[in-house]
Amino acid sequence: MSKMRYSGFKVIKEALTGHKGWTPAWRDPEPQADYDIIIIGGGGHGLATAYYLAKEFGQKRIAVLEKGWIGGGNVGRNTTIIRSNYLLDGNEPFYEFSLKLWEGLEQDFNYNAMISQRGILNLIHSDAQRDAFIRRGNAMLLNGADAEMLTTDQIKARYPFLNTDDARFPIKGGLAQHRGGTVRHDAVAWGYARGADSRGVDIIQNCEVTGFRIENGTCLGVETSRGFIGAKKIGCAVAGSSSRLMSKADMRLPMESHVLQAFVSEGLKPVLPGVVTFGAGHFYVSQSDKGGLVFGGDLDGYNSYAQRGNLPTVEDVCEGGMAIFPAFGRARLLRMWGGIMDMSMDGSPIIDRTHIDGLYFNGGWCYGGFKATPASGFCFAHLLAKDAPHPTATAYRFNRFEKGLMIDEKGMGNQPNLH
Amino acid sequence: MIIDHPLLGPRDAAEFTYMGDAKLIDRPDWQSDTAAQDFYEYGYLRDNPAGWHEELWFHEAGDRSWLVVTRNTVTHEISKVELARDVARAKGRSK
Amino acid sequence: MTQMNRLAGGQIDRNKTCKFTFDGKAYTGHQGDTLASALLANGVRLMGRSFKYHRPRGVLTAGSEEPNALVELRAGARQEPNTRATTAELYDGLFAKSQNRLGSLKFDLLAINDRFSNFLTAGFYYKTFMWPAAFWEKLYEPIIRNAAGLGSLSLEDDPDVYDKGFLHCDLLIIGAGPAGLMAALTAGRAGTDVILADEDFAVGGRLNSETLTIGDQSGAAWAAQAMTELRSLPNVRIMPRTTVIGAFDHGIYGAVERVSDHMHTPDAGKPRQILWRLYAKQTILAAGAIERPIAFENNDRPGIMLASALRTYANRFAVTADKRVAIFTNNDDGHRTAADLHAKGVKISAVVDVRPDAPRSMDYEVLQGEVVDTKGRLGLTFAEVKQADGNMRTLECGALGMSGGWNPNVHMTCHQRGRPVWNADIAAFVPGADLPAGMVVAGAANGDLSTAGALRGGAAAAKQALGLKGRLPTMPETEDKPINLKPFWYVEGCSRAWLDQQNDVTVKDVKLSHQEGFRSVEHLKRYTTLGMATDQGKTSNMGGLAIMAELAGKTIPEVGTTIFRPPYTPTAIGVLGGRHRGQEFHPKRLTPSHRWATEQGAIFVEVGNWLRAQWFPRKGETTWRESVDREVLATRNSVGVCDVTTLGKVDVQGTDAAAFLNKIYCNGFALLAVGKTRYGLMLREDGIAMDDGTAARLAEDHFVVTTTTANALPVYRHMEFVRQCLYPDMDVQLISTTEAWAQYAVAGPNSRNLLSKIVDQDISNDAFPFMACANITICGGLRARLFRISFSGELAYEIAVPTAYGDALMRKIMDAGAEFDVTPYGTEALGVMRIEKGHAAGNELNGTTTALNLGMGRMVSKKKDSIGSTLSEREGLNGDGQLYQVGIKPVDANDPVPAGAHLMNADGPIDAAHDQGYVTSACFSPNLGHAIAIGFLKDGANRMGETMQLVSPLTRVHVDVEITSAHFIDPEGERLRA
Repeated sequence: MSKMRYSGFKVIKEALTGHKGWTPAWRDPEPQADYDIIIIGGGGHGLATAYYLAKEFGQKRIAVLEKGWIGGGNVGRNTTIIRSNYLLDGNEPFYEFSLKLWEGLEQDFNYNAMISQRGILNLIHSDAQRDAFIRRGNAMLLNGADAEMLTTDQIKARYPFLNTDDARFPIKGGLAQHRGGTVRHDAVAWGYARGADSRGVDIIQNCEVTGFRIENGTCLGVETSRGFIGAKKIGCAVAGSSSRLMSKADMRLPMESHVLQAFVSEGLKPVLPGVVTFGAGHFYVSQSDKGGLVFGGDLDGYNSYAQRGNLPTVEDVCEGGMAIFPAFGRARLLRMWGGIMDMSMDGSPIIDRTHIDGLYFNGGWCYGGFKATPASGFCFAHLLAKDAPHPTATAYRFNRFEKGLMIDEKGMGNQPNLH
Repeated sequence: MIIDHPLLGPRDAAEFTYMGDAKLIDRPDWQSDTAAQDFYEYGYLRDNPAGWHEELWFHEAGDRSWLVVTRNTVTHEISKVELARDVARAKGRSK
Repeated sequence: MTQMNRLAGGQIDRNKTCKFTFDGKAYTGHQGDTLASALLANGVRLMGRSFKYHRPRGVLTAGSEEPNALVELRAGARQEPNTRATTAELYDGLFAKSQNRLGSLKFDLLAINDRFSNFLTAGFYYKTFMWPAAFWEKLYEPIIRNAAGLGSLSLEDDPDVYDKGFLHCDLLIIGAGPAGLMAALTAGRAGTDVILADEDFAVGGRLNSETLTIGDQSGAAWAAQAMTELRSLPNVRIMPRTTVIGAFDHGIYGAVERVSDHMHTPDAGKPRQILWRLYAKQTILAAGAIERPIAFENNDRPGIMLASALRTYANRFAVTADKRVAIFTNNDDGHRTAADLHAKGVKISAVVDVRPDAPRSMDYEVLQGEVVDTKGRLGLTFAEVKQADGNMRTLECGALGMSGGWNPNVHMTCHQRGRPVWNADIAAFVPGADLPAGMVVAGAANGDLSTAGALRGGAAAAKQALGLKGRLPTMPETEDKPINLKPFWYVEGCSRAWLDQQNDVTVKDVKLSHQEGFRSVEHLKRYTTLGMATDQGKTSNMGGLAIMAELAGKTIPEVGTTIFRPPYTPTAIGVLGGRHRGQEFHPKRLTPSHRWATEQGAIFVEVGNWLRAQWFPRKGETTWRESVDREVLATRNSVGVCDVTTLGKVDVQGTDAAAFLNKIYCNGFALLAVGKTRYGLMLREDGIAMDDGTAARLAEDHFVVTTTTANALPVYRHMEFVRQCLYPDMDVQLISTTEAWAQYAVAGPNSRNLLSKIVDQDISNDAFPFMACANITICGGLRARLFRISFSGELAYEIAVPTAYGDALMRKIMDAGAEFDVTPYGTEALGVMRIEKGHAAGNELNGTTTALNLGMGRMVSKKKDSIGSTLSEREGLNGDGQLYQVGIKPVDANDPVPAGAHLMNADGPIDAAHDQGYVTSACFSPNLGHAIAIGFLKDGANRMGETMQLVSPLTRVHVDVEITSAHFIDPEGERLRA
């Protein structure tokens, strides 16, 4: 495994010596017969889990099984936003923990994921929305996060081309979180993978889990496209495919799979300093370091595993964009794609044991998964290593629906496509 | 997508509002001994298959029919569209 | 010298000269030119700079796949960044600038990056800029961001209009080259409804670029003749300048028609572009193929381009990129370019062919070998050739055509996650079996690279798509040769050989990516950015895949492709937004009294799509509070009127109407007497409050249900679900009548006196007591409905008339009420009065609160089954410590009690762990003379009179408050029963 440190000096040294010294960022090992812990899913959450298991919880003999290529799920197809502007007790401490982990992540895993705290702004268009955002901003501050209420003039100073003159839904202010921002999403997967690999984790790509071997209520390992692999504990982190995977253990989950489309424009010279969310339309946008406007909106709204969406949603999103940024009309949409979300029944995730011994679950991230990556990995590692939930993730239990302890930020109830 | 409405013919899916699994028709009996568990499963657990899925769509910008659409969640192909009321009756629901 | 590189012939209109400027310099060209062809005609090869190294760039292609020649077209608010010069039609007065440069295009200061290219290899940024951590946002990132990006937006509002339209057809044909035209002729002659769309402004596809003949005429003439016939067919719609951008589900295609992009400004009343949603029963994809380049050292200099592009420029636009041209090919098609250019009088320096059996020529030299390097700082001057015999040759040339074979345009076949398959004969991916439903592929897009193959394929595809029987008609005689390709992707040993010319991805980067373990095709793309440029890899991906395959010891199909995604070419965000911008973003719903309220000078507020009067300022009032306080006091002291039409109304009729309401409301309705109204609380099935309102029983089998404004739609949908899906045999019918009835609240002690003047019937307290309802008449016979319900807590009524009479009724009420000084009030005063009365509204019914939280726990009947009743009994929603709706008032009457503030114990710490509740709604009560609020407090029912801290750190408020009943005014309800 590679112990190479990345640094500016290393880059210069390699440039002067023909780049011969770079080694693979992670190995390509054959699976062993058994492990202490197997993580199913080589996405952001799975790789982060493996990384923290090895680094923070002293675990050994860990494998990550990925059916395709690592980072190929939602960590590779999201709109790269990080933030901790949540309202409810069950969520805010967790997402703030995540944001704090983001803040030190690059130095921690020695990989530049271009974490950029350029700020996120939620626009306000009505008094009721302002009341709700004040409550949320207060909840953030009371949890130790940052929040600031901005006036329309303050917003206009930062975004002079925002449509404040002729808006169907006037902009009446905004809730800003300056520590929010964006991250180079693929690099998160690669940084965790490299960090995990260097600590001995076997990352096994092209290894699809086809079933669980469960005897007497205990999970003994997984059947895979590369044979049976035994494990003392198995953690599933395959958001988007959670129901499909867990059905192999005869579990029905409190979630549906939905497609969320995302969009990027051609590269443009810098126009947008931060992330802007349009509260009366279905649109949010940021600009990548490469110059593309990265934007999105609502789910298409129907169950789907197809990783692609349809025109009405594309148009709806662009209508929202043109409503607040009419200067974007001549920028061109370059590419659109779809990711599959585990849309849970209350819009919040699950990090919990299952009723099967040795089988653990992490999923139901809705579209909050990317920003949650570090904390999700850390908390899932905590659960796997200590068999107890991390203090910031105590609410993310399977049984909360049975007990009536939903964590419903949007207040939409048990209809997943509305969260 | 296009939904072939049993009364109105092919309509753009944008005219409809989606609800979810058509098993929501199977509302449990509130007086059953297992009502609490039954309603929890009814309200919260889903098969969420990758493949054929019977699901409820409401013709909101149309004739206000609830439809049961059999659609493949991997290909989005639609194989059958029925009035939800007919489906509900066939499942034994009445008053 | 003008148009020094203009040749004879071509399809430009030499009678129409267009003046244009590029980077401030004036040039001329002709109608029928693109900006690229006109610049080449004027001897301009340098048109742009690459993304990372700022290398000089000229055109690579003659089509929409162009990665290099991107310019900022037009000026001012119409400035369009990243416009491909190869598709921008020339018009008189065209204005364009080069982009992505610091300084001039010739002396771009950022070209320094090229000197440091050895440090700026694939993924270098992931390995550095990490220390010190704070420097990323402050130093490194701003530098990177300013250097990155391509063109710039003007940041002025786009002044143009965009439209959207819908078209239906039996057969959509994408691409009007030989295959598409033949398909259109076949289907059109059979009477089918056909749409033929092509991204180009000239129809004919590559026939316009070739010198070949079809039958006894040139290919271009054959295309023109086909067009003439198609135009004569009423069932065929021809759409040039129309790019089909994506294949969506069930035969729906998105297409963008560029109505005005070939003009200086759109004609009056015309849009710039139109987004068409095409509904096609069948589709023929005849999108052609794109030639691919070859990777060799310094293959990116201006003047080096696809051989087929050289041919297009010469044959269609009558332009050569230079007087001396060389060709580097691995197939016969490259020789066709040499022959055509030679025939036009261009000097062919040599054709370099990698094949030992290359065809010979009497007209120019053919060398067996490879181009191994080039020279020329801002444009090609020399090409170095290593011949098969080992000898080196230097060719003097200002243009070099690369011909590496052809990639069929399979994009649209893959938009629904289909995967292309490998065809070894042409060494390219061709459409697989898993096409979008209803799609057939024809011609070069299907791997059929000859003209004869395209004609045959087009006709056969049309027959297949339409299910036509019979043999294919005889096709006219035309070119029918294989291209005899020897797969050849890159020159051995090359390093700075460009694959992705825009993003500066070279062979060396692909090798480094492999060395570092980024070996999946998706990892390769994401690590190197190969194929992520504005052409989305159309000219770059195959080279990268081939090198990756070789490094991994795999075949190209084993490596596979990345995923093809819409749009086919970059699409203006403006056209996807259409007319939904500014005030037209969402439709406006106006209330029946809107015109009257406008006359009164009302201030309006958006409530969903509704506009409602928020308050009615009077002369002399300088703040909104003055107006609102006046409206509240006037209502409570005499009488006020408010338009409440926006509340949802559902007519419920049938013998099972009462039984139905018993299902949808948690409280009982079966025993409600005719002529009575009852408050109803509706739960979602998860036991959380969904909405509240009233149900008035106008007859045994007839109720009128009201909903909140915000929930009118979802509640109606929910009621239909319950009716159709859960109780299909109930005799009950529903119809939304929100817009059918205008409804006004008339509130205050004089409300009865006022309404008595309008209503034809007796509405005394005895005849029409609190919560009464009735069908009545007003003004001597107009049918109306009257409900004695009160949101304000006063003696109050809601009166409804058919919407057409809404305006008149408002005026009538104002007239009749003049003696009582009747005061119109808006949503603000409405809100103040309901807070004073402690009524829950949207801020309280926030989707997380239960009947218990709202202080209505006992309303949930245990004697019957209703939606939500079972799940409302879950332990987490019951028991001690639940939130409970309370009233909140400041200890110091001067203090505010703002909504969104959180409640903390009097002497306790202030943090999330000790949070006790929060304020949902707040206002200044003019009746009490201080701020009041309602909110939710843990165990609130048992904490009346408690003093607490109210904190809003966000808005810097920290005050002491007292917990009270939420009923600030008339807690016994005497007024509303008066």
